[in-house]
Amino acid sequence: MDDHWLVRRSTITLLWILFIAVLASTVLLDALVVHHSYFGIDGTFGFGAWFGFASCVALVLFAKALGAVLKRPDRYYDR
Amino acid sequence: MTVNTAIPPGLWLILGGLVLPLLPLRLRQATLLGLPLLALAAIWTLPDGIVLRASFLDQSLVLVRADALSRLFATVFAIMSFGGGLFALNQTRVTELSAALCYAGGAIGVVFAGDLITVFAFWELMALASTLIVFCGGEAARGAGLRYAVIHLFGGALLMAGIAGEVAATGSTTFGAMTLDTPARWLILAGFLINAGAPPLSVWVADAYPESSWSGMVFLSAFTTKTAVYVLIRGFPGAEVLIPIGLFMVFYGIVYAILENDVRRILAYSIVNQVGFMVTGIGIGTEMALNGVAAHAFAHIVYKALLLMAAGSVLFLTGKRNCTDVGGLFRSMPITTICGIVGALSISAFPLTSGFVSKSMISDGAAGAHLPWVWFLLAAASAGVFLHAGIKFPWFVFFQKDSGLRPPDPPWNMRAAMIFFAALCIGLGVWPEPLYALLPYPVTYVPYTANHVIFQLQLLLFSGLAFFLMLGWLQRTLTITLDVDWFWRGRTVRHLGRGIDRVWAVIEHLAERLGRMLARLVRRHHGIEGVLARTWPTGSMAFWTAAMLAAYLVISYL
Repeated sequence: MDDHWLVRRSTITLLWILFIAVLASTVLLDALVVHHSYFGIDGTFGFGAWFGFASCVALVLFAKALGAVLKRPDRYYDR
Repeated sequence: MTVNTAIPPGLWLILGGLVLPLLPLRLRQATLLGLPLLALAAIWTLPDGIVLRASFLDQSLVLVRADALSRLFATVFAIMSFGGGLFALNQTRVTELSAALCYAGGAIGVVFAGDLITVFAFWELMALASTLIVFCGGEAARGAGLRYAVIHLFGGALLMAGIAGEVAATGSTTFGAMTLDTPARWLILAGFLINAGAPPLSVWVADAYPESSWSGMVFLSAFTTKTAVYVLIRGFPGAEVLIPIGLFMVFYGIVYAILENDVRRILAYSIVNQVGFMVTGIGIGTEMALNGVAAHAFAHIVYKALLLMAAGSVLFLTGKRNCTDVGGLFRSMPITTICGIVGALSISAFPLTSGFVSKSMISDGAAGAHLPWVWFLLAAASAGVFLHAGIKFPWFVFFQKDSGLRPPDPPWNMRAAMIFFAALCIGLGVWPEPLYALLPYPVTYVPYTANHVIFQLQLLLFSGLAFFLMLGWLQRTLTITLDVDWFWRGRTVRHLGRGIDRVWAVIEHLAERLGRMLARLVRRHHGIEGVLARTWPTGSMAFWTAAMLAAYLVISYL
C-alpha cells in the first residue's frame, strides 16, 4: 500500500538529510549577514535557531502538563 | 451623491442575502458571486469622509464614513465573500448562503459606520446571521449554536449598555478613538473584546465554529473576529490593557491547538492565536504596529479561509473531522494538499508568503516601542504558530500514517476558490506593495532584509525540527481539553442545575398551596355564595338602613 515514492524509507532518509543540511545552512548564513539587533541578544549568532527550538519545546511541555489536568474523552459533554 | 453611494455598500449584500432563497439555482449562483464584486466596486467609488447621514430617535447617524482603514477592511471582506461564495457554490443549504451574504454585508456595514448606533445595528445583524450559519451545521450544531448566540447576545448587551452610557455622558454617538476613562467605555471595550475571542470567553470560537458545515466555517472565520479587530483599531488604539490580553490569546491558541484532535477546532484555536497578535499590536498602538495589525488582518482572512477550505474539502469528501481518522490524503488530493500547505506556510509567516510581510510589522512595532518582553513573546509565539498550524495541520491531515482513504480533489469551484486564495497568499508575500499602499499610515517598512529573512527561517525551521523530534508527544488522542465552558456544560454544573430545579419545584409546590389557600379564603367571602356577594332581599336593606339611622340618632344625643 505504501508504495508512493514520497513515503519510501529511502526518500524519508533523503528528506531528513536535506532538512538537516538546510538547518545547518541557515545557521551558517547567520555568520555572513550584518545583524541589527533591537535588544542585544537577538542579534547574536544563531539566536533564531535556538530560540525557536526552545520555545517549541517549552510550549509542548507546557501543553502536555496542562493536558494532563484538563484532557477528557471527546464524548465528555455528550454523556 | 452617485447611485453607488446612495446606499451603503454592505446593504447590497444584505439585500442580496434576503432575496437569495427566492432565486432559481443559476441566478442564485450568479448573485452569490456577482454581489461581492458589486460591493467591491461600491467600496472603491466611495470618497473619503462622511458620505451618508440619517437621523434616528433624535440622534444623527453617520451610515457611511470612508477612510483608508475602513476601505482596507471592507475590501478584504468583499474578496472573502466572493472567494467563500465560489467555494460554497455547491452548498445545497440555501439558508447558509443567504446568511453568509447578510453576514458579510453586516461586517462591511460596521467598518463604514461613523457612529456607535450604526455600529451596534450592523454588529447585531452579524450576530444573527452567523448564528444561522452555525445552525446550518445540522442537528449536532444546535447546542453549540445556542451557546454561541447567548455569548454574542451578552456581548451585544454589554456594547449597548456602554453606548447608552457614552451617549448619556458626552451627548455624542460619534465613533472614534476613546480613552478608557469611564465605565461606559470599558463596557464598549468588553463588548468588542468578546467578539474578538478574548479571555475569559475565548472558548466560543472553538466551540461553535467547528460545528458548522464544511463551507460555513470558511465564512465564520473571516468576519466576526476581524470586525472586532477593526473596531478596536478605531476605538482603542494604544490601550495598554490590550497587550496582556493579546499575548494571553496568542499562547492560549497555541497550547489548546497542540492538544486538539479535531482538525477544524485546531484551526479555530489558531484564529484566537492570530487575533491575539492583532490585539497585542493594537495595544502597542504606534503607527507601525497599527499598520501591521491592519495588514495582518487582511493577510489572515485570506490564509485562514484557505486553510479552512482545505479542511472543509476533506470534511466534504470524507465526512471525517479528526486527525486520528485522516492521514495520507496527499496521494489522492494533490491540489488540496498543495493549497493547504500554502495556507499553512502563510499563517507561519514563511518568507515569500503574505504572513511574513504583515506579522513582522507587528513585531517591529513592539521593538520600535521598546517593549522587549512583548517582542520576545511574539517571536516565541511565531515559532509556536509553525508548530500548531504550520506543520501540525498539513502533517496530520495529508501525511502521517496512511488512513486508507482515497478521496479525490473536490469539485471545480472548490478547487478554484482554493487556488485563487493560495495565489493571493503568495502574491502578497512576493509583492507586498499593493497591500502596503492600502494601509492607514504611510509605510516605510522593508520586510525582505537578509537579517530578517534568515532570522525567520531559523526560527521556523528549528520549530519544524522540534515538531518532528517530539512527534511522539504530539500524536493525537480521542480527547478534548476543558475550557471555561465547563462551568456551563460540565456534569457537576448539570447536577447543580438539577439540584436547583428540585429546590425550585418544592418552592413552587409550596407557593401553589399557599395560593390555593388564599383563593379558598377569598372565595368564601367574595364567591358566588360568599357572604359579601350574595343577593339580599330588599327588606333586609330597609332593616339595616333603619338600624343605621337609629344608631345615628342615638349617637347625636350622646
